Amino acid sequence: MAYLTTHPDVVPIISLRFGKGAISIDKYIELGGYESTRKAIEMGPEAIIAEMKASNLRGRGGAGFPTGMKWSFVPKQSEKPKYILVNGDESEPATCKDRLIFEHDPHSVIEGVIIAGLAVGAKMGFIYLRGEYRYLLKIMEKAIDEAYAKGFLGKNIFGSGIEFEAVSHTGAGAYEVGEESALMESLEGKRGIPRIRPPFPAVVGLYGGPTVINNAETLATVPHIIRMGGAEYAKIGTERNGGTRLFCLSGHVEKPGVYELPMGYNLKKMIYDVGGGIPGGKKLKAVVPGGSSTPILTADEIDIGMDFDQVGKAGSMLGSGGVVALDETVCMVEFALRTMKFYQHESCGWCIPCREGTDWLKKSLTRLHAGGGVDKDIDNIRYLAENMLGRTFCPLGDAAAMPTIAFVKKFRKEFEDHLDGKGCPYHHSHEHEAVLA
Amino acid sequence: MATQSTIFSPELAARFDKLVTLYPLRRSALIPMLLYAQDEIGYISPAVMAEVAARIGIQENDVLSVLSYYSLLRTKPAGKFNVQVCTNICCMLRGGNELFEHCSKRLGVGHKGVTPDGVFSLEEVECIGACSWAPAVQINYDFHENLTPESMDKILDQYREKAGK
Repeated sequence: MAYLTTHPDVVPIISLRFGKGAISIDKYIELGGYESTRKAIEMGPEAIIAEMKASNLRGRGGAGFPTGMKWSFVPKQSEKPKYILVNGDESEPATCKDRLIFEHDPHSVIEGVIIAGLAVGAKMGFIYLRGEYRYLLKIMEKAIDEAYAKGFLGKNIFGSGIEFEAVSHTGAGAYEVGEESALMESLEGKRGIPRIRPPFPAVVGLYGGPTVINNAETLATVPHIIRMGGAEYAKIGTERNGGTRLFCLSGHVEKPGVYELPMGYNLKKMIYDVGGGIPGGKKLKAVVPGGSSTPILTADEIDIGMDFDQVGKAGSMLGSGGVVALDETVCMVEFALRTMKFYQHESCGWCIPCREGTDWLKKSLTRLHAGGGVDKDIDNIRYLAENMLGRTFCPLGDAAAMPTIAFVKKFRKEFEDHLDGKGCPYHHSHEHEAVLA
Repeated sequence: MATQSTIFSPELAARFDKLVTLYPLRRSALIPMLLYAQDEIGYISPAVMAEVAARIGIQENDVLSVLSYYSLLRTKPAGKFNVQVCTNICCMLRGGNELFEHCSKRLGVGHKGVTPDGVFSLEEVECIGACSWAPAVQINYDFHENLTPESMDKILDQYREKAGK
């Protein structure tokens, strides 16, 4: 079970019902659940999309695309059925927020799916959970059964004459499937290999029909936006970055956990105040601001607001909300290597720059970290990574390349300290500490 | 259709009969089916592959192609309890590597090894989504979080007791 944490600065919207037993439909209804769906049925598609646009909600999966706009791309008329697809494949290292939503508030996801369906005219939704989250699949299956029993899902939802079906689905372990087109392939029972775009999923998606794919957190936010009104929700965040999001604090902080904070919350404050600072009186070296694929920020670069635009301006990305703090004892070469090992393992092998690039980078970083590196390796690593950028079907190649470029650029000295057979200066001290302890 | 002579339990066979009707295309049931079959049989044996292929209506080769992509699916048996230690960045920063080494010593097996009595298998895995509660381990589907070598030992003892060995 995932643990709940809080802080005075937390603004509970998505987490409003966490820890309150909302897993049962009766409790969820008692806490105001399913009112938003009733309201949305009365509002109709145009009004729902208008509220979504007004809310300035941007996709919580990582790319930060405005949700209302994404929905508006779905053609009104379509020969093929339209679908809603919930991306609950949460696999980006440092990200563990969707887990809490499924565990504590599964009906908010169902509501989000129904409302998205109402907005674009889809009659079926799929909730895709990563295979590792088996206990959450059970929760989700039960929640869906309960919603059917109440008449909130089925041929005639809420007695409105509108049909909407929902199915929960499990993956079987693959990071790549978190990418929207690979997710559709996987749901169609295939290897999770990305599709070329255009056409975009909004036009040709799942089973060839127009498809809205949203992150689980994005959809869980939808009923709250309908409840509060888009303008009210937008007021909480910053310009063009509406509302709150679940930030997953991890690594070297005193109080790691998932905290719901307003968009634009100061990163330094998040580390030192919400997270309680760095354990053992150590100094902060760097912060990964939004999951392992986002370029690292040095300790001097973290006095920024955590929204898509401000983090973008600082040369990184807000990503999936996974904030990792690294203290002064961390070897950046080892950290870069572990990050690359992950992408090498997860590359689906479809695009050569990603398949070969991640493998070469892993090998170069392994050699460098072990002390077998030569001077030109450092530039080679950067050159390789730069040549992966934008040359793949899906963003996995970029996800591997972008942080690597930042590691070399910002911590070149540490890479140089590994050269000429010297080996890792940090690893020795670790071993030394272990021996002393 | 192989429903008459199934290698699965009646409950699982019934579940599969329903599963293939949930989607616009039968093939969508493939991945969940393989995972549930593995939960019951222990791994994707040639017999599992053959029956799943028949139930979906595709070739066994197609099944093999798909299952080789997904890291949770295996074609060899694992231990009764599969200990999956995350060593990805967040777990690494909080002792994931040390925890893996500890488990390896304690169980006497390395990555993807199975103990001689078949009770445990060990695996170093990528991010399991427990980053804020690192270091974390998944034993079969159960999460164990905020671990130390000491608490890990207690957990392994509990599983060994469960196995009755």
